[in-house]
Amino acid sequence: MSDSLLAAPLALTGGTVIDPASGREYAADLAIADGRVVAVGALPPGFVAQRTIDARGLLIAPGLVDLAARLREPGLEYKATLESELAAAVAGGVTSLACPPDTDPPLDEPGLVEMLKYRARTLALAHVFPVGALTMALGGERMTEMAELAEAGCVAFSNADRPLTDTRVLLRTLQYAATYDFPVWLRPQEAFLSRGGVAHAGEVATRLGLSGIPVFAETIAIDTLVSLMRVTGARVHLCRLSSAEGLARVRAARAEGLPLTCDASIHHVHLCDVDIGYFDAHAHLVPPLRSVRDRDALRAALADGTLDAVCSDHAPVDEDAKQMPFAEAEAGATGLELLLPLTLRWASEARLARAQALARITCDPARILGLPAGRLEVDQAADLVVFDPLEEWVVSAETLVSQGKNTPYAGLPMVGRTRYTIVGGRIVFERAARA
Amino acid sequence: MTSNPQLDRHGALRHLLSIEGLPRDVLTHILDTATPFVSVAEREVKKVPVLRGKSVFNLFFENSTRTRTTFEIAAKRLSADVINLNINASSTSKGESLLDTIANLSAMDADMFVVRHAQSGAPFLIARHVREGISVINAGDGRHQHPTQGLLDAYTIRHYKGGFTDLTVAVVGDVLHSRVARSQIHALSTLGVPEIRVVGPKTLVPDSFSRMGVRVFQRMEEALAGVDVVSMLRLQNERMDGGLLPSAQEYFKTYGLTLERLARAKHDAIVLHPGPMNRGVEIESGVADGAQSVILPQVSFGIAVRMAVMSILAVG
Repeated sequence: MSDSLLAAPLALTGGTVIDPASGREYAADLAIADGRVVAVGALPPGFVAQRTIDARGLLIAPGLVDLAARLREPGLEYKATLESELAAAVAGGVTSLACPPDTDPPLDEPGLVEMLKYRARTLALAHVFPVGALTMALGGERMTEMAELAEAGCVAFSNADRPLTDTRVLLRTLQYAATYDFPVWLRPQEAFLSRGGVAHAGEVATRLGLSGIPVFAETIAIDTLVSLMRVTGARVHLCRLSSAEGLARVRAARAEGLPLTCDASIHHVHLCDVDIGYFDAHAHLVPPLRSVRDRDALRAALADGTLDAVCSDHAPVDEDAKQMPFAEAEAGATGLELLLPLTLRWASEARLARAQALARITCDPARILGLPAGRLEVDQAADLVVFDPLEEWVVSAETLVSQGKNTPYAGLPMVGRTRYTIVGGRIVFERAARA
Repeated sequence: MTSNPQLDRHGALRHLLSIEGLPRDVLTHILDTATPFVSVAEREVKKVPVLRGKSVFNLFFENSTRTRTTFEIAAKRLSADVINLNINASSTSKGESLLDTIANLSAMDADMFVVRHAQSGAPFLIARHVREGISVINAGDGRHQHPTQGLLDAYTIRHYKGGFTDLTVAVVGDVLHSRVARSQIHALSTLGVPEIRVVGPKTLVPDSFSRMGVRVFQRMEEALAGVDVVSMLRLQNERMDGGLLPSAQEYFKTYGLTLERLARAKHDAIVLHPGPMNRGVEIESGVADGAQSVILPQVSFGIAVRMAVMSILAVG
């Protein structure tokens, strides 16, 4: 990339390097030149850095790779813009992200994808990998020109959060995608069983009088998909699993040898339906926050690798759309800037090594995207996050860069904060040390 | 947002949004306060000056002549000024947001909002955004709660049965969609009713209700056996379109309250219904107009209970 040629040689000294791919965490200096990591350990003799970052007390990890971040362009700029959300991405240490096709219009034409890629390149913040629409207008009827869309830059195909109601359309799109070996990303939710539902069908929804989405809406959809994977040979990635039973289906399908991968959102790793409290619309998420038991199953699955990755499922929503009765409020939460601290929190609560936890937001999602990113070694592109693992901060409209201030964590403390984000050897985000 | 938004720091009632989470002494205080208000209706001048100079806004985002009228009478008997607004017909259809509507009405020096809304939880949203000093009374929100109905049912039961702690109560019908049922379940269990039964077809009474501490039945005959109170729920017309029930006729055949079925209950059992009734759908006229029916007394107690809630919110 041309901008990486402009990147001046950079050194990071005195920090601790985490390489999730090898599971190692060790003290090392880093030299970066021409957009690449040129040395890890000691700086090469004669290396002249134009800038040296004092990384004492800081951790240096590969930049985060987020499998789902809505940037709201084109068409939904009143919620957020590419500028605001890519700034939020790098503020959160995210250097590569996949964006779902649920824009307006949806990403169902190559021209839209090319424009998005071009705009993202011009901004030169995080790398953007669009996920193309699986069906025209996400309508669930006519398949899109997948080969053309792939050429324009789509890395996978998805119907976003719109379920495919017609199983034959699902079959044909899987067959067609398998022809080119394109991965298909689907959120498993049976359309009719979830119609009108806004919360996990369980005790909380019963008490609050909210329409429920049962767990079997997820498992039935997975069962259908797994059956179709067997006959089509399609590569499927399940987006945003929410239930213990759903995870059991994934384990069974993998034991059969099917090429099935899956992720969950970081919110579902920490929250459950009880967090709806007194109708907090910020806890209105898709899929719904489920029971404590489901949340614990997601945490265990993330640790044992059943869940390949955890994503922000970033969904900036304007405040007006949240200041509504629970069911009418728009679903979703801002997440790009919470992915790192909430992953660190999970690691600490689950007593996991940081390197192992960070794998779920770096090298593992990179593997699903087919990118060489997410590792920290010589010759790798210098996409890095440098963070203070101990810095405490409070989530608020002021501390979040994203235009979306909608989060169930508003007012709550986080530990761990990005200090520098480096993309292609360039410092694209920098935050002063807390005095 | 973990603290109960209905109570102030000292545990006193600030809003009435849900029965859930209200301690027994708060409920008992409301019922006790209602008792003297029952006799106000028997006076020649049916007014007390508790709310003189106060403005009560009835905000009905969903139509209801009956509930709105009882709140209006309650407020007027307390000498309040009452303003009725049917909002589904005005602002929201013009695109004004719910909170804008509330902000505008707050600026008109309201003291109390009585809110009915089709969405569960809407009164909580409103209560979070009203000016300090304005109380919100939930007059029915979606499937969630209808707290004054639950309280007036509790009042009626206490009036006829003398207490709660040795009663068995059956709630019959569309429990799934019923805010009345949810309020009754919370009110009666808080007040000490040891056994609450819910009964109906599985499409309207899912097993998940057992987690609310009630016993779930499908057979009317079993559910009514030996009960002290039968609380009938109204079956909304939209439930009978074949999605949840095949027809009103078939529902009545299995779940309609007939004199024959009522004979399974204790001989002195009382029958409640929040109204308006569908005669021949959920209840037979012989029962509705019979000796065990307390459906009309419920209506007059309802006014007293609403007066009690308003006066407690206004003066503590």
